[in-house]
Amino acid sequence: MTLDTVAAAQASPDTAQPFAELGLKADEYQRIREILGRRPTSSELAMYSVMWSEHCSYKSSKVHLRQFGEKAPPSDALLVGIGENAGVVDIGEGWAVTFKVESHNHPSYVEPYQGAATGVGGIVRDIISMGARPLAVMDPLRFGAPDHPDTKRVLPGVVAGIGGYGNCLGLPNIGGEVVFDDCYQGNPLVNALCVGAMKHEDIHLASAKGVGNKVILYGARTGGDGIGGVSVLASETFDETGPAKRPSVQVGDPFMEKLLIECTLEVLGAGLVEGIQDLGGAGISCATSELASNGDGGMHVWLDRVPLRDATLSPEEILMSESQERMCAVVTPAHVDDFLRICRKWDVEAVVIGEVTDTGSLTIDWHGEQIVAVPPRTVAHEGPVYERPSARPAGLDDLQANDASRLPRPATPDDLARTVRDVVAAPNVADKAWITDQYDRYVRGNTVLAQPEDSGMIRVDERTGRGVAIATDCNSRFARLDPYAGAQLAFAEAYRNVATTGAVPLAVTNCLNFGSPEDPEVMWQFAEAVRGLADACQQAGTPVTGGNVSFYNSTGDVAIHPTPVVGVLGVIEDVAARTPQAWHTDGEAIYLLGDTHDELSGSEWAHVIHGHLGGRPPRVDLHRERVLAEVLVAGSRDGMLSAAHDVSDGGVAVALVEMALRADVGARLWVPDGLDPFVFLFSESAGRAVVVVPRSEEQRFTAMCAARALPAQRIGVVDSGLGDDAGRPSQQVLVLALPGGEQITWPLADLREAHGRTLPGLFG
Amino acid sequence: MTKIGVITFPGSLDDGDVQRAVRVAGAEPVPLWHAATTIGEVDAVVVPGGFSYGDYLRCGAIARFAPIMADVVHHAGDGLPVLGICNGFQILCETHLLPGVLTRNESLHYVCRDQALTVERTDTAWTNEYETGDRIVIPVKHGEGRYVADDATLDWLEGEGLVVVRYADGNPNGSFRDIAGISNEAGNVVGLMPHPEHAVEDLTGTPGTDGLRFFTSALQSLVG
Repeated sequence: MTLDTVAAAQASPDTAQPFAELGLKADEYQRIREILGRRPTSSELAMYSVMWSEHCSYKSSKVHLRQFGEKAPPSDALLVGIGENAGVVDIGEGWAVTFKVESHNHPSYVEPYQGAATGVGGIVRDIISMGARPLAVMDPLRFGAPDHPDTKRVLPGVVAGIGGYGNCLGLPNIGGEVVFDDCYQGNPLVNALCVGAMKHEDIHLASAKGVGNKVILYGARTGGDGIGGVSVLASETFDETGPAKRPSVQVGDPFMEKLLIECTLEVLGAGLVEGIQDLGGAGISCATSELASNGDGGMHVWLDRVPLRDATLSPEEILMSESQERMCAVVTPAHVDDFLRICRKWDVEAVVIGEVTDTGSLTIDWHGEQIVAVPPRTVAHEGPVYERPSARPAGLDDLQANDASRLPRPATPDDLARTVRDVVAAPNVADKAWITDQYDRYVRGNTVLAQPEDSGMIRVDERTGRGVAIATDCNSRFARLDPYAGAQLAFAEAYRNVATTGAVPLAVTNCLNFGSPEDPEVMWQFAEAVRGLADACQQAGTPVTGGNVSFYNSTGDVAIHPTPVVGVLGVIEDVAARTPQAWHTDGEAIYLLGDTHDELSGSEWAHVIHGHLGGRPPRVDLHRERVLAEVLVAGSRDGMLSAAHDVSDGGVAVALVEMALRADVGARLWVPDGLDPFVFLFSESAGRAVVVVPRSEEQRFTAMCAARALPAQRIGVVDSGLGDDAGRPSQQVLVLALPGGEQITWPLADLREAHGRTLPGLFG
Repeated sequence: MTKIGVITFPGSLDDGDVQRAVRVAGAEPVPLWHAATTIGEVDAVVVPGGFSYGDYLRCGAIARFAPIMADVVHHAGDGLPVLGICNGFQILCETHLLPGVLTRNESLHYVCRDQALTVERTDTAWTNEYETGDRIVIPVKHGEGRYVADDATLDWLEGEGLVVVRYADGNPNGSFRDIAGISNEAGNVVGLMPHPEHAVEDLTGTPGTDGLRFFTSALQSLVG
């Protein structure tokens, strides 16, 4: 094939080009021709096609995502906002923390192990390119029916990929989610979160400034893997007739990534870097155009200098390749030798591939011939923007009308006892140790809390104990019933989980997983979810610092439930004050905080027992969430709480069982006055938590709740000695007294069996 | 102050954690680089966990050829206390400082969990602060930790009392005879799969400080 140069493009304006196969629409192709004043070369076409893909350009979501900035609450904590590789938050004492969550959904369905592995790798490079040392990762995961044969292919592969990559990288995996729902059968969601920390003065941004500065590509060699990953995989709906897309998935090398982390931190620490950018989706196309358009506006690249794994790659393929474990740095000429020396120390290949210019143009040569000459902003930042049509889903009224109030409820104590066991054993509620035990949660020695605790907590400063807590959440059934409220509930749950462990919620990231934006009903769900999340963040006072959109999670014309996964980051002054989930000490009082309403629509109970989805999700009260968070944080800081757990999936029943199982200690419980036992156990009203208060602190704690008008009902006492009363010597039990004088007794051994055997039974 | 060297290979992960544990124990950690040809002025050496060189050929198989390992093997012969943890244990087996080999977990899955152990040999440089029969809980986290050796070697290890720690309450990886860690005859070289450095403070890692005495033992043996 002959080389398509800029000169050739000028000379042959009528050459037909495969823009549609590369995912560009006819009008988008026309716009490229107008920008350039000629037809693009094949290399330019490759660059525009990947950078203008939905995944890179956010062309369908941009008009909505603006709200996160427009509605951002005033916050002193935000050091770097939306738009950079990841947002940066001030956590005090000179420390800055950066965190972000991204999707790797489509690759993980095609090739679960590598798809999930490279999802971890990509998000970690986002964090190091801000100048931060990565501290921990988390993985919100969603799969189809647990007993479906394809889930048995996808889930073990995804888990092995996350473990295989993350464990080898030396980052603790401190939490996440595992959710099963039929709606994800053909579109599992693999989201990956990373958090990192640095001192304020070490923050780095992706820009190429300083004419004459060198552009260094370092890390792994460029191969043919992942070509078109973002445009082909992440921006298109799967269908059964299409060709296999496995070659579009990248292949990861965690050992190289570990070297890349250490090498990058060393060159940053030595002050050798002017600007830095990771290579992820759209590879060199993305890194060069973004660096150039964020800097002085010009860059020249000698593409033939790129070290290749496969010498037969064409320049177009090199520009589009998504080979993993690569980074790009802008370095002054005086620092190049030192930079290369540190790379050699870590056995990392590094090559000067270009330099910063003041031409305003990104030019790329291939063996002396110019193959690209474009204004970089038009590639990186001025892609198409669509205001897609949206329409409220036709069936939504019927869905909302079909609420859970008509479902039969357990009536007798035996029914209630059995229902608790069934819900505790349900795949979404069951113990996730089969998965999380495949992840290293201890490496780096700063893990204070990890799954199954309410949030993952990492010590940032060993001297002072300052740390961060992170939780991710989304109940997509709620979002299906009402995307506005569903997004707010996802936020509220993550916010609450962070506060439950004693940290003050500071900032928000998100991963918005939806169907096809070309479907007006999906677009409506998306718009509503974004509006809900932006409003919630505004009311709660926690700004969105960044995020990611994953569209085209559809099989045929059936979309997944809207799944706006929300991550909340909080700060804790001293991790020694954290509140764990387990109760330990006999005689300590168990309180339920917040109001319990008859809210069962979309609940885990309706899902597990009746396979039902309909009605409206629980109401959201962000003022109440704020008050609850303040009480949880104050209770932790002032030593008034010995344990706490948020109430969400499966209601109070699941919260109490999990708290008891954590340290295998029983309790005596009762149903508060005026509450139906079933509603008490299974309602999923928001804004609630179960807390455990030492005897000596009860007065002070209840006074604090009363002063803030937060309902606090005493619902039990920790008691490890009940087994004998219940005729079960030396066993730990939960005993629940019902209003009529009857009582239910659950041996913890039975509950542990129910809770623990589900996942090993399915996947072990 | 007692100086304990901690080797960093490309791909070492728990090197920082071992350095912290050494500090907590009251000694001075000295970072050692894999490409160095000598361990320098240190009183003991820890080969930490991780995935040295990506563990791409076989766990520890490349690291044994690292320049610094020749000096470690040399000094181990003279009685230098050497502790290999996880990947470090694999490397010590590859260098033949210790017999046997670590293979893929029987479950074929990586496993990270808090693990109960019984301490059996307490006259080594790294376990002299424990009592024989002590039960301790420290984490395991590995994909290839199944200790394998032929029956003659296993009989010899048990006959000579060279099994240092054994898994209790369940074997996480299918190790022969529940072996979690062993020593050489002199007791200066110890290798184990579980991670004592992740159980040296109450707040992080496995709850409790059951792992700390591995490091204070080294101090004790050097002072004593």
